[in-house]
Amino acid sequence: MEPDQTSRTNRLLMQDRAFVSLTWLSATTVVLVLAGVMLSLLWDSIPALSTFGPSFLWTERWSPAKEIFGAAAPIFGTLVTSIIAMIIGVPLSFGIAVFLTEICPMPLRRPIGIAIELLAGIPSIIYGLWGFFVLAPVMQHTVQPFLIETFGQVPGIGLLFSGAPYGIGMLTASLVLAIMILPFVTSVTRDVFETVPVMLRESAYGMGMTTWEVVRYIMIPYTRLGLVGGIMLGLGRALGETMAVTFVIGNSHRIATSLLAPATTISASIANEFSEATSGLYTSSLIALGLILFVISFSVLAMAKWLLGRVETF
Amino acid sequence: MSFMKNIVAGAAAAALSLGMAVAAQADDISGAGSSFIYPVFAKWGEAYKTATGIGLNYQSIGSGGGIKQVEAKTVTFGASDKPLSDDELAAQGLVQFPMISGGIVPMYNIDGIEPGQLVLDGTTVADIYLGKITMWNDPAIAALNPDLTLPAQPIVVVHRSDGSGTTFNFTDYLSKISAEWKDQIGSDTAVEWPVGLGAKGSEGVANTVKQTAGAIGYNEYAYVIQNNLGYAKMVNAAGKVVEPSLDTFASAAANADWTGVKNFHVIITNQPGDNSWPIAASTWVMIHSNPDDPAAASAALTFFKWAYENGQQEAKDLQYVAIPDNVVALIEKSWDAIQHDGKPVLSMN
Repeated sequence: MEPDQTSRTNRLLMQDRAFVSLTWLSATTVVLVLAGVMLSLLWDSIPALSTFGPSFLWTERWSPAKEIFGAAAPIFGTLVTSIIAMIIGVPLSFGIAVFLTEICPMPLRRPIGIAIELLAGIPSIIYGLWGFFVLAPVMQHTVQPFLIETFGQVPGIGLLFSGAPYGIGMLTASLVLAIMILPFVTSVTRDVFETVPVMLRESAYGMGMTTWEVVRYIMIPYTRLGLVGGIMLGLGRALGETMAVTFVIGNSHRIATSLLAPATTISASIANEFSEATSGLYTSSLIALGLILFVISFSVLAMAKWLLGRVETF
Repeated sequence: MSFMKNIVAGAAAAALSLGMAVAAQADDISGAGSSFIYPVFAKWGEAYKTATGIGLNYQSIGSGGGIKQVEAKTVTFGASDKPLSDDELAAQGLVQFPMISGGIVPMYNIDGIEPGQLVLDGTTVADIYLGKITMWNDPAIAALNPDLTLPAQPIVVVHRSDGSGTTFNFTDYLSKISAEWKDQIGSDTAVEWPVGLGAKGSEGVANTVKQTAGAIGYNEYAYVIQNNLGYAKMVNAAGKVVEPSLDTFASAAANADWTGVKNFHVIITNQPGDNSWPIAASTWVMIHSNPDDPAAASAALTFFKWAYENGQQEAKDLQYVAIPDNVVALIEKSWDAIQHDGKPVLSMN
């Protein structure tokens, strides 16, 4: 071998080794950052958790003046708004996905698909502004009075629709969240629907099945786990959403039975109160809220990944 | 090759301009805190820049944030609508002095009732915020407003969701008026609101009241005027109905005895006087008594001295009340305590 060539090979080898270690470094950074966030959340929430103990989780009271903090109201608000958002958003997303994969004429598929992706690109603060300035007045003057006068009079579920029409509150926040999760759930649903083998679908149609029957008996059973994964991704997004919710939730640390009542979520509480949290215990309680949200979102996302992973190995 | 050259040249230019920005900022006076005083600081900063070439970089992040930042020494001074206690000042090595006073005004959004028509008193406001009065045609409100036709509409209570000096002064007033409020809620920059919607910042409260039919909120007077919202007249401590205005704010501020207390710790809510607005408030500036950067502290004090002397008209235009001259003399004397190497920093210029 020419000496020139040996040095070239050596140089390339060195380069490759450097490149490999760089990618290692990048990958390790992610893990380190994750562990760092987790540890610092844990560390900084120790004062709150040791002061209030496990009852932090089920205490409703949140009194900065008297330094008594409980996470029950924000946890309740976070879970309820996200669940209602799923109840509204998921069927809609399924409808869109079925329409796009089964029914939509070819030329329309791309424009509708792009419109949904654009919906995902709208910054959340815009959703918040829209919810506050456009949706809230409609809710206060039309939707909520109607709900109070009709469902509000029914014994039992009437509790869900009682009280004054505030315009903003849990229901309005849930509606905004439902719109925000639409694109995520829709695109995952569409993708998993497309994994259904064409042969399977065509045979079903060939047997004389209606579109509904194909969706009900072929598509959904075939993609069950993927669908759950998509729903979980949407749920993860809804749980952590901050800005849009802060605008329309009403920011009130109380647990109310009525869906029309103002409430708060974990991320809205943190966003609202962090800059003014003057005492160490106050800051620590907000960080403890962050830790709780981290654990909730992490479990939801982990479950989603696990389910999506299982659908791929099918 | 020329492509590379462009990149290098661009990077160099960027680095240069960045360096210059940093250098320019070092000369600016840096402060953070109260949003109540922000409109005044913005005006003053502009005028001071024109007069002296030195700018003011004030971040309106809220009173609590301002205190935190000055404690962390990331800014030269902090501003807060809630004064620190003597112990807190001593613990952090800070001194405080009042900069400005103004008024906090209840505002409303009721169809058919014009700004300034509604009259409220402290007890009624406390009962509304306690959730005991829930309808606009409640007998308590009707008794104060015999000439108005009040609608049978639910009251939507709006309060600040973030910690705020405005909330501190508002709840301080309610605590002085209502024993029930004092026992159950108390006064602070953020409290346990029994009812209502929370909105972020002064703008948030103004917008939420504007958006929501039947809403009541409280805000600094400037925001009420700017948003053209309904504002209430109040029954004051002397039992007289007063209109929010510079005069009634000044009357409340004039009654405050700044000279008799340590660290200028005077809250000017519910002051005596026929013409005093009941919910008046002040903003204090906090600065380290032994600053790490004496030149910056000196520049800040020079600016405050200039503001006391030259900024009164601008403050007045924005409906704020200047601190009386005899108090300014006391404040400037108190600055002797802000020292470096045993010498007052202000004398170093």
